[in-house]
Amino acid sequence: MERGIAAEVAAGVAFGYLLLLFGVAFWADRLAEQGRSVIGRAWVYTLSIGVYCTAWTFFGSVGVAAREGVWFLPIYLGPTAVMLAAPWVVVPFVRAAKAWRATSLADLLGARFGHHAGLARAVSLALMVAVIPYVALQIKAIALAFEVVSGGDGGEAARTFWLVVVLTVFAVLFGTRRLDVTEHHEGLVAAVALESAVKLVAFWILGGVVVWAVTEDEGWRAQVQEGFSRLPRVDEGERGYGDWLTMVVLSAAAFVVLPRQFQMMVIENVKTAHVYRAAWQFPLYLLGINAFVLPVAVAGGVVLGEEGSADTYVLALPLVLGAEWLALVAFVGGISAATSMVIVESVAVATMWSNEWLAPWWLRRGRPLAGRVVLWVRRGAIAGLLGLGYLFYQAVGASYALAAIGLVSFAGVAQLVPALVAAFAWPGASAIGVMAGLLAGLTVWGYTALVPLFIKGGWLPETWLTMGPAGIEALRPTALFGVEGMAPITGSVVWSWLANVGTLLVVSWFYPPDRATRRAAERFAALWRGEEESTLPAARGVGRPYGAALEAQLVATLGRFVETGRLQEAWREFRRQRGVGAHEVLPVDETTVAFAERLLAGAIGGVAARLVIEGALGERAPAWDSVMAVVEEARAVRLAHERLREVDRLKDEFVASVSHELRTPLTAIRTLAELLAADPDMERSDRLRFYETMVRESERLSRLINQVLDLAKLEAGGADWRHEAVDLRAVTREVIETVTPLAAQQGVVLTLAVPERPAVVWGDRDRLVQVLMNVVGNAVKFAPPSEGRVQVQVERVKEGWQVAVDDNGPGVPPEERERIFERFRQGQRRARGVGGTGLGLAIARRIVELLGGMIRVEDSPLGGARFIVVFPEKQREVVGGGAFHGQTSGGSG
Amino acid sequence: MGKRVVVVDDEEAIALALEYLLRKAGYEVAVAGDGESALHVIEEFQPDLVLLDVMLPGRDGYEVCQTIRSSGSFPQPKVVMLTAKGREAERAKGLAVGADAYVVKPFASADLLAKVEMLLTRNS
Repeated sequence: MERGIAAEVAAGVAFGYLLLLFGVAFWADRLAEQGRSVIGRAWVYTLSIGVYCTAWTFFGSVGVAAREGVWFLPIYLGPTAVMLAAPWVVVPFVRAAKAWRATSLADLLGARFGHHAGLARAVSLALMVAVIPYVALQIKAIALAFEVVSGGDGGEAARTFWLVVVLTVFAVLFGTRRLDVTEHHEGLVAAVALESAVKLVAFWILGGVVVWAVTEDEGWRAQVQEGFSRLPRVDEGERGYGDWLTMVVLSAAAFVVLPRQFQMMVIENVKTAHVYRAAWQFPLYLLGINAFVLPVAVAGGVVLGEEGSADTYVLALPLVLGAEWLALVAFVGGISAATSMVIVESVAVATMWSNEWLAPWWLRRGRPLAGRVVLWVRRGAIAGLLGLGYLFYQAVGASYALAAIGLVSFAGVAQLVPALVAAFAWPGASAIGVMAGLLAGLTVWGYTALVPLFIKGGWLPETWLTMGPAGIEALRPTALFGVEGMAPITGSVVWSWLANVGTLLVVSWFYPPDRATRRAAERFAALWRGEEESTLPAARGVGRPYGAALEAQLVATLGRFVETGRLQEAWREFRRQRGVGAHEVLPVDETTVAFAERLLAGAIGGVAARLVIEGALGERAPAWDSVMAVVEEARAVRLAHERLREVDRLKDEFVASVSHELRTPLTAIRTLAELLAADPDMERSDRLRFYETMVRESERLSRLINQVLDLAKLEAGGADWRHEAVDLRAVTREVIETVTPLAAQQGVVLTLAVPERPAVVWGDRDRLVQVLMNVVGNAVKFAPPSEGRVQVQVERVKEGWQVAVDDNGPGVPPEERERIFERFRQGQRRARGVGGTGLGLAIARRIVELLGGMIRVEDSPLGGARFIVVFPEKQREVVGGGAFHGQTSGGSG
Repeated sequence: MGKRVVVVDDEEAIALALEYLLRKAGYEVAVAGDGESALHVIEEFQPDLVLLDVMLPGRDGYEVCQTIRSSGSFPQPKVVMLTAKGREAERAKGLAVGADAYVVKPFASADLLAKVEMLLTRNS
């Protein structure tokens, strides 16, 4: 009798189910945007860890149980042990990942071993290779499910292919909607949590119905009871307690290291409190999903006999019982288990792949890295992983049971365990050592675990297993060095770990860790001990200026990758932590750069983040190592060096600014001249306008050159100045007379108030005129045309005589009041298109300082700015020093 | 014919010259004098290309360029950064925020026109 459900129905149900998941993900993302996070609940976290239970669990466990009894259990005992010990095992990872804003295990290990890009890459490569069989397993399970529910209508091959395509599309939709992966994929987590619930409920319904059906039937009941008693024990058959223990350890390792587990358990974790809850909840989940495994396995054996693979009892049983709806339930449960694994695994691997390999490569080739590019790279990587999984399935899938393929993956990812243990427990491990160990372990794993798969698949000669390649018995993949008696997977684990750990120890001995690695080791050890640490990285040196890098520049760079709102918030918080007020300049020193880098690492991974930041700073950042060495060992030298660098930097900046100010009028003149030359028939009005502009720009150019020369002369400290008694009343009158025509032309009323008695100060008369001309001229320029008022007042103050110049212009906001006296800092005032060289006030201040006086700006009772210049009454000793003395700005934007 | 260009420069003299130059070459031109208004003009005018000065009051050229690039509006204009600072770091930064080309002032108007023309014909 032909049993089954039409393939179209099964495919339709599967597709509908995927759509439902996507809807849930979409809904969760929307809620998150409204601030009502779904993943803020502990039970959602617990369920999301359920991504551990894949099609292997759903179909494979029953298969294993039917063939080997309780041997389906050890791969759940490992995770159970890990979760029961979660406060000591999982929490340190969560803390470390948050402290470094790691996007993956590769990122975290790279950071732990001194930001080693090569290591991060090796880890991501290892994980990717190791999970390929696992992805193939899911594809095989789905293909098998289709075959069984549809009764084998021959269309499986094509359907499997298209299913992989659909899965790829969904994985892309789920995983690459946003860039910042430390930002949590709320939708993805919600969907995975739902899938975990679905597969649990599906298994219960199935188990309940099967148990009920079997106990109803007299004949079956007796057979089932007998079946139970016939189940093999742990130490029966070829395997023993050693193998059992190996599998427990292996699954414990895989539970932490597998990319999808790390993603769900560590990266997507919002609160460490959730881990504590999951510590007891998750073992219960595992217990629940395994509750019906043995009954279903035994019932399957009884009802179906030798018919069909034990891996498909879950689907075949309902069909035999005539309950097609139940088959569909089981089918959805299985699809659920497989899809959640495939989607999360591929998203996690793709993130790693793009962050550690492709983004850095792209940047090294000098290509600008836009967020868009990163997303496409990630999408490509998802498709790549699923494609490789599909090929693997095609190559060897048919010849192996589900569980056997899964264990191969477990053994592969387990190669990271020595690195992880070393990360927390052995400060002597170096990046090179870890890489070498990983390579050695993976090689042995490939030979002892992958090669047999390919032999069984018919791609390599069978004789390798029995006689060894080229007849060398010591090299038989499943009995390396002639050691027999271990289950193949146990042998693989033992040998690969031996190779891995041995190489790690030896190579680390010869290439010890560098300073950065040792420091990171200390921080990891502290995390392990549970000592809370600030989320800020340890300050690397104090306030060392970082070239010409500006805060704004840094923020702008970050803005390309980090969402604006989040960036602004993080940045404000960072400024607050460092005690920098809203209007103050944040020193762009190493602490700031490190913070920026960490923020960026959350979006594009550590390696790429470093490259981007280096690019933004316009220099290669010195290795932290050397910086630390200087800090620790040569503090005094460093300080002296720093001062020199600071002076140097200010000079550089000055030269750059001058060249900028010279080039600007020059550009206008040149372009206009070229236009005039190219177009002899130009309209007269245009021509006149161009000539006028050229003259004006030329004047500006000469003015600028004069002022730069002036400033240069001021470096000499006014050595050639006259020292004479000057009456400020006369000086101000002269200035007012000079400026009045200009003021009248602009409709600005200019008034002067002077005292009765002489206001005598010491100084160079011409210089005093220069200063006051500048200040009064500015006031006139900024007063509103036609209703402007400027008042100049000479008054006695305790330091000497002061000239106050008030206007009713726009004023100078408090945060600008210091900066407008710096060279080429015209602030917002320039927005009004008031021409100026940006040197006038700097020169004025320099002169006044040399005269022993001071100049400042405050609010005017007229509503605009009040410039106050104070000249000392008596002659003061003229202050010397270079023009760069007194610059206080730390390089602001 | 009739490609649209926005000139963003706070230096009136330069804006004037560039506007005339581009008009003569057959482009439709709009001018903005600071970053904020540049974004408005670009949104209104939907140009094919933006000549963008770096040193602008308020939001500087890098910020403007970045805002354009992250706005997601389509089609995206080409962006040519103009700057009187010719240091390599700034050039790299200009390209990093998504500019298509980077021209140092002062420039030969013929070169600038050629560059504009090339960018406008390249991908269309």
